[in-house]
Amino acid sequence: MKKVTILLLAFCAGFSIMCFEIIGGKLLAPYFGSSVYVWGSIITIFMLALSIGYLIGGKYSLYQPSVTKYGFIYIGAAIAIIPTIWFSEPIMDFVFSIVEDPRYGSLLASTIMFLVPTIIMGMIAPYSVRILTESTASSGHTAGFLYFVSTFGSAIGTIMTSFYFVLWFEMNQILWLTSGIMFSAGALALAISFSEQQSTDKAATSV
Amino acid sequence: MFDSLSQKLTIVLFAMLIASSASAKTIHKERSIYRNVVITENNNERCMRFETRRRAISNQACIDLTNKQRLVFEYTQSIMAGLAFNQAPKRILIIGLGGGSLPKAFAEILPDTEVVSVEIDPAVAKLAKSYFDYQESDKIQTKIVDGRVFVKRALKNNQKFDWIILDAFNGDYIPEHLLTVEFLNETKSLLSQGGLLSANTFNGSKLYDYESVTYQRVFDQVRILKSPSKGNRIIFGCNCSAIDQQFKMDEALAKKLAPYGVNLYKALSRINAKVDWDESVEPLTDQFSPANLLNQ
Repeated sequence: MKKVTILLLAFCAGFSIMCFEIIGGKLLAPYFGSSVYVWGSIITIFMLALSIGYLIGGKYSLYQPSVTKYGFIYIGAAIAIIPTIWFSEPIMDFVFSIVEDPRYGSLLASTIMFLVPTIIMGMIAPYSVRILTESTASSGHTAGFLYFVSTFGSAIGTIMTSFYFVLWFEMNQILWLTSGIMFSAGALALAISFSEQQSTDKAATSV
Repeated sequence: MFDSLSQKLTIVLFAMLIASSASAKTIHKERSIYRNVVITENNNERCMRFETRRRAISNQACIDLTNKQRLVFEYTQSIMAGLAFNQAPKRILIIGLGGGSLPKAFAEILPDTEVVSVEIDPAVAKLAKSYFDYQESDKIQTKIVDGRVFVKRALKNNQKFDWIILDAFNGDYIPEHLLTVEFLNETKSLLSQGGLLSANTFNGSKLYDYESVTYQRVFDQVRILKSPSKGNRIIFGCNCSAIDQQFKMDEALAKKLAPYGVNLYKALSRINAKVDWDESVEPLTDQFSPANLLNQ
């Protein structure tokens, strides 16, 4: 049960990362255009953020890993997306006024708006491996399956956002949806951790 | 069995032969960061097109080699009707250079007018100069930048234009950020008092309704000029209160425009206020701009 839930959460994380990235591109277009370098900026920042996130998440998993902490990473990511929803316009206005070249403008704006939330989302992958791994021998298998699930989530997030969400919703609504998915995923992790603790408490008292 | 196959092959080969003889000859191919741009020639007509493997070919620009003044595209001729709105604009902004036929015509008709053309693709600007006689001068300038980025920057620098021409909607892919209420509001603020906007837009597909409503939202009086034969439609809007009173037929102007293939009298008679779109759809905004998805 726990295993399936963790996999579901990893799927949600992969899904949300790509929703965020696709909307990021649309968000920058009014200020910096939608040329190949704007997409280049976004992908650069997302890759950079994910690489940093993997590093931090892996390190963090060394210190008393728990599903509770895992849940808080999701909630942290959900909260970190919100400033992008509220302040994207003043941020891009500011960047536009100080940087003339749309290449570096879009790079700077992407850094301010997307770096932190994506680092937090990047922490999820290694932490999921730590939670699910039961033995050294099976660790590669576990990691591989997790990557499969989360990257599959990313594929679905990409196609849903670019084919359908942009037709159905406004961009900020899609960002709220992304934040909402991450928050719900975090809440689910906390609920699981709570019920697990209660059952171990019960087991302890019955002994 | 074998016979029918060879028969089919013969037909296919024959069809290919006809197709190749009718299609234009490629005389130059230029690589750009966006797509390959091709120059073709056919029956004394030289054209610029984006390389595509699709059947439908849309030329970005054409020039008549026997009469280089003549504007080949009907919609370019229609845009020129905007001169009846204001015969002496001091500054003109063109978004989407193509072959540069409009700035070239303006340089001849209005030698004192400053014409700024914004083009995103440096390869297009280069080919306009080398194959379409587009020439820069202190009055005729080209800026290689995204249209929206240019407009935002120009607003920050308090620039004004008397006439803005939007001609960035020719390709297969629509730049969605140039088709929103916010963008049109920005262009409207960039217009001087009484300034005119002319946009070359789409005709057909579901996008038609959305696009029309978007222009309507920003320029509440829009006037339409449809090309009689092709699918183009010019939308006129202004930073003024009564757009109709501004369009004036003028014999001297008509004479001046005639060498460019513009029949001013006809063009002006086609301008109308008829609403033939569904006004109940939502306008496109920066938040909601699935223009490419709607254009299918």
